[in-house]
Amino acid sequence: MKYLCLIYEDETFWTRTPKPELDAIMADYRAFGTSYIPTGHVLGGNALQPTATATTIRVRNGKVSTTDGPFAETREQLGGYYLLEAKDLNEAIQIAAKIPGAKTGSVEVRPIMEVPESVLNLMSESAVSG
Amino acid sequence: MADPTVNDASTTEARQAVERVYRSESRRVLATLIRLLGDFDRAEEALHDAFIAALQQWPASGVPANPRSWLVSAGRFKAIDGERRRAKHDASRDAIVEGFALRNTPPPDIDDESLDDDWLRLIFTCCHPALSDDARIALTLREVCDLTTEQVARAFLSTPPTIAQRIVRAKAKIRDAGIPYTIPTRADMPERLDAVLHVVYLVFNEGYAATSGDAVVRGDLTREAIRLARLLLDLLPDEGEIRGLLALMLLHDSRREARTTAEGDLVLLADQDRRLWARGAIEEGLTLVRQALGAPRYGSYAVQAAIAALHAQAPTAAETDWSEIAGLYDVLLEIDGSPVVELNRAVAVAMRDGAAAGLALVDAIIARGALEKYHLAHAARADLLAQLGRRDAAAAAYQRALALASQAPERRFLERRIDALGRVATSD
Repeated sequence: MKYLCLIYEDETFWTRTPKPELDAIMADYRAFGTSYIPTGHVLGGNALQPTATATTIRVRNGKVSTTDGPFAETREQLGGYYLLEAKDLNEAIQIAAKIPGAKTGSVEVRPIMEVPESVLNLMSESAVSG
Repeated sequence: MADPTVNDASTTEARQAVERVYRSESRRVLATLIRLLGDFDRAEEALHDAFIAALQQWPASGVPANPRSWLVSAGRFKAIDGERRRAKHDASRDAIVEGFALRNTPPPDIDDESLDDDWLRLIFTCCHPALSDDARIALTLREVCDLTTEQVARAFLSTPPTIAQRIVRAKAKIRDAGIPYTIPTRADMPERLDAVLHVVYLVFNEGYAATSGDAVVRGDLTREAIRLARLLLDLLPDEGEIRGLLALMLLHDSRREARTTAEGDLVLLADQDRRLWARGAIEEGLTLVRQALGAPRYGSYAVQAAIAALHAQAPTAAETDWSEIAGLYDVLLEIDGSPVVELNRAVAVAMRDGAAAGLALVDAIIARGALEKYHLAHAARADLLAQLGRRDAAAAAYQRALALASQAPERRFLERRIDALGRVATSD
C-alpha cells in the first residue's frame, strides 16, 4: 500500500533553533533517506516553504478567489511530506516513527486511496472519447 | 418409516449442540474466517452461513469430532460459493478474479495452534492503537466478546445506531488504512499489549466504577473484562502484565458486594463489611500478584494489584499496612508518574505519617494545577482538613469537589460528608 506521511511542526522551530542543531536534524533527514530510499519504502518527498509563502485558492460559482496564507491557522503547520510504500499500516507506522520531524512535531500517516483498475479503465476510456 | 419422535429428539439434541458450540466457538471460528477471507464482513456472513449449515446437517450426520474446524471449512466453502454466485451475476473482472483467487488458495491451516494465533490476531486488530479508545472498546466487545450492539450501547449509555456506526467506521479504517491481521512482532509486543490491556481495563472500569446505567449489563462488563484477561493469559502465559491486570481486576471485583449499599450509595474501603468480600477471587488475585511480581519484568498493573492485595489482606481497615502501600506507590510513581498516582500516594503517606504530611503533598499537587478540576483531589484534601479539625476549610473543599463531581452516588456521598461536618460543628 502507499501512504503519505505529512510532517506537521511549529514552523518557527526552524528560525529559533541554533544552526548546529538544525544541521544535526538535516543530517538525520539525509540518514532517513539513505535508509529507506534504496529499500523502495520511500517513493518521494519534499520539504515545503513556510506557510508565509502559501496561497489558498477557492472556486465558487466559477469565480476564483485567492487568499494569502494556508487554509487553516493551526499551531503546527504542514512542513513537508514523504510518499511511502509499505506492506501495511504497521510497517508504515514503523517507518514514519523514524522521520526526524516525528521527534519535534508530528507525522500524520494517510493511506493513499486505491482506485480499482476497472475505474481507471473507465477514466482512460472517457479521456480517449472525450 | 422413521419414527418422527426419535427424529424430533435428535433434532433438538443437535440444535442444542449447535447452540453450545456457538457459545464456545463462534468467536474463534470468526477469527480464523477473517484471516482466510481477509475481511470482517465477509467472515461474519460466512460464520452465519456455517452455523445454518450445522443446523441443517448435524441432526442427520451427528456433531463432528472437531466442530471448530468443521465450521471453519463450512464457512470458507460458503464464502467461495457466494463469490462464485456473485461472479455469475456480476460478471465484472474483479469479482471473477477474486472468486478464482479464493478457490485456489491452499486448504486452510486449521490446527489448534494456528487457531490460537487467529484469536490473538483478532484481539490485537480490534485493539490496534491506530483506532480510538471508543472504537477499540466497541469493536472488542462486539467481535471478541460477542456482545450485541444493543448490549454495548446499554453498557455505555449510548444508542445502538451510534455503537453500530462506530463499529462500521472502525472496520472501514482497518480495511482502508491497511491495519494488518497479524500478531505483533516481539519488538512491538510490549506497546501493543499495553494497548490491549488498556482496553480490557477500560471495559472493567466502565462496569465497576460507574454506578449509573443498567447494573446487570455493567456486571457483565466486569465479567467480560476478567474473561478477556484470562483468555489473554492463556494465549500469552509469559506476559507478566496480563497476570498483574487479571489480579488487579479480581481483587477490585472481590469487593463488589461491599462497596455499595442496597440503595446504591458508595461505601468507602475503610467502612466496608469485609465479610462480604469474595474470598475465592482474593485468593486467586493474591496468587497472581505473587507470580506477576516474581517475573523479570513487571509493570504498573502488577504494582497496583500488589497495593490492592495489601488492602485485601488486612483483617480490618486499621490493620492496613500503609507503610508498605506508600512504598509501593513510590514504585508505581516511577513506572507511571501521573498526578492521579501522586494523589493516591499522598493519601497513603497521610495514613502512614499523619494527615498534615498528606495535606502538604495534596496541596502541592493541586497548586501545580495538575488536578485542579479533579473532584477526588478536592475530596481527599477535604478529608485531610477534616481530620486536622479545620472544618471550614474542609467544608469549602467538599463544596469544590461537589461542584466538579458528576455521578449521582458520588454527589450524594459528598453531600453526606458536608452534612456530617455541619453536625460536628453544631454539637461542639
